[in-house]
Amino acid sequence: MDNPIIQLRHLTKHYGDFKAVKGLDLTINKGEIFGLLGPNGAGKTTTILMMMGLTEPTSGTAQVCGFDASRDPISVKRLVGYMPDSVGFYDNMTALENLMYIGELNGIPRAEVENRALTTMDLVGLQGDAIHKKTSAYSRGMKQRLGLAEVLIKEPKVIVLDEPTLGIDPSGVREFLSLIMRLSREKGLTVLLSSHHLHQVQQVCDRVGIFVNGELLVEGDINSLSSQLFAEKSYEIHVSLEETISLPWKDETEMLQMPSVQSVSAVDQRIAISCKVDVTPDVVRFFVHRGYGVTGVQKKEYGLEDIYQKYFEDSKFN
Amino acid sequence: MKAIIDSLKSHSSTSSGVQPHPFWVMVRKEIADHIRSWRFLVLLVLVVLTFWGTTSVSMANLRQVVGNANDPDSLFLYLKLLTTTEGSLPPFHVFLSFLGPLLGISLGFDAVNSEQQNGTLTRIMAQPVFRDNLLLSKFVSALTLVGSLLLSLSLLMIGGGILITGVLIEVEELIRILGFTFLCTIYVGFWLGLSILLSILFRQGATSALTAIGIWLFFTVFYQIIVNLVAEALVPAESALSQQAILRYNELLLNLLRLAPSQLYTDATTTLLMPSVRSLGPITMEQMAGAIPSPLPLKESLMIVWPQLSGLIAATVLCFALSYYLFMRREIRS
Repeated sequence: MDNPIIQLRHLTKHYGDFKAVKGLDLTINKGEIFGLLGPNGAGKTTTILMMMGLTEPTSGTAQVCGFDASRDPISVKRLVGYMPDSVGFYDNMTALENLMYIGELNGIPRAEVENRALTTMDLVGLQGDAIHKKTSAYSRGMKQRLGLAEVLIKEPKVIVLDEPTLGIDPSGVREFLSLIMRLSREKGLTVLLSSHHLHQVQQVCDRVGIFVNGELLVEGDINSLSSQLFAEKSYEIHVSLEETISLPWKDETEMLQMPSVQSVSAVDQRIAISCKVDVTPDVVRFFVHRGYGVTGVQKKEYGLEDIYQKYFEDSKFN
Repeated sequence: MKAIIDSLKSHSSTSSGVQPHPFWVMVRKEIADHIRSWRFLVLLVLVVLTFWGTTSVSMANLRQVVGNANDPDSLFLYLKLLTTTEGSLPPFHVFLSFLGPLLGISLGFDAVNSEQQNGTLTRIMAQPVFRDNLLLSKFVSALTLVGSLLLSLSLLMIGGGILITGVLIEVEELIRILGFTFLCTIYVGFWLGLSILLSILFRQGATSALTAIGIWLFFTVFYQIIVNLVAEALVPAESALSQQAILRYNELLLNLLRLAPSQLYTDATTTLLMPSVRSLGPITMEQMAGAIPSPLPLKESLMIVWPQLSGLIAATVLCFALSYYLFMRREIRS
């Protein structure tokens, strides 16, 4: 299913001497949920602004929905809904008025705009009193929902969300992300979201790209990323004990002789064992036989957080 | 979900043509914002009070002024209503020369930076509208408000004048008063343009307001002092100069003073509202010889005002062009 809707070719942005984005090449297909991950200041927002035609790239092109974002930004903006990281509304207007204003700017006729706005607000879960409340009285989570409504009212083909989960509580985040996922699946929307909250993004993204210091270090789906990265060291078992271990640990050599165990490290009451194959039962048996009081066993698999951590660390050393 | 899709379908089939251009949507929203704001209410009260005060003073003195046979303008009843004073209050057009800047500055000083601070700028710019539409809508909406305010005040004065005195207004007077209203609007427009420019330059509303007020104070108070000081220092003693040279220096001094928009405004309104004003510069005795002190016809007054008017418009356009230049290249992220 190769149907690129966003194509960035060698996109570069310099602010004076500072290189915010360095030669970014990226293709996003229709209907995909793509997560742009990276620490603060990695150039995510700059990239998004260039895609929306809100900032001129120093060099390179951004093609969105078949239009060049820097030559024809109006056509791009007609088809792309963008929610900035700090959503702000006109505080002297009610939520509905704010939404209707945006609707009208997108060319929805006056006669229809109110109904459209109400339906969209219902869709994102803003109902009842919230509709006619001034936005100054809105909570962060509600603002985020209103922001999403504003993105959806123009019936976009692509939605771009910059740090959509910033500042909402965990349950709110889960709800918000599942809402985005549902909308994307139902309407065939392409979603690009940027975040530094990795585990949140992990739940919804089809593909992720890790973006550090203006460079896209790696892209792909999460499974292939982790297997590619942690080919040798794929499991880590943490065992917590009742008694404190005196260093050097007397059983360490014996443990290392177990099949497929690669390394062992012990700190106070915790022992970390990394191995190629899942040998958790053997390890537990080993401890029980030697009379240790095992209080907890934790098997760790590598997730996005670790992938990201690894890349981030690598780029720091370079 | 279905409703949205349905409405989208009907939208694409029925609309086109009926919906206003996004620019007018923006203008409407800006005007609504201004009208609902406390700021505008305060300004409205201030202007209306000024108008009421000055008009009632001139009403009280009207009989005496119109009866004064020595005054060539005494037949222009409605112009007299705008310009007469007994000394306690300055006339309305003088009042406006410092209320006008206040109007312009307060309507424009946070035009762009407040949007940037609130994070609404990025959102609006992400909609399919041109960047310059935002600036233009800010300017047009505030100017529409000021224009209609001044126009309705003038019409109110004319109507009230007809009711009270029973004298019908002459066409010439009407055109002069409408011209005066237009001039005032342009003058406010200059300060509006300047404050919008400052609102792009400075990220804090307070900074841009203070700077605008500083510029206004400089032009109304200090500029004349500075020009006079410089002139005094540079121009040799009067006795040593020929008459021609004195005239030339005087002209230069006046032209320097006219760099200040308030001077342009005062010159222009004086000429429009007092038809007997024949020239804004010095006049020699030869030029005056044989002249009968009578009001100028409308066309001549307009000819005198023309450079002032174009100067004001040019200054406004300059501010606006600069705002465009800065805003188009501005990073809009907050």
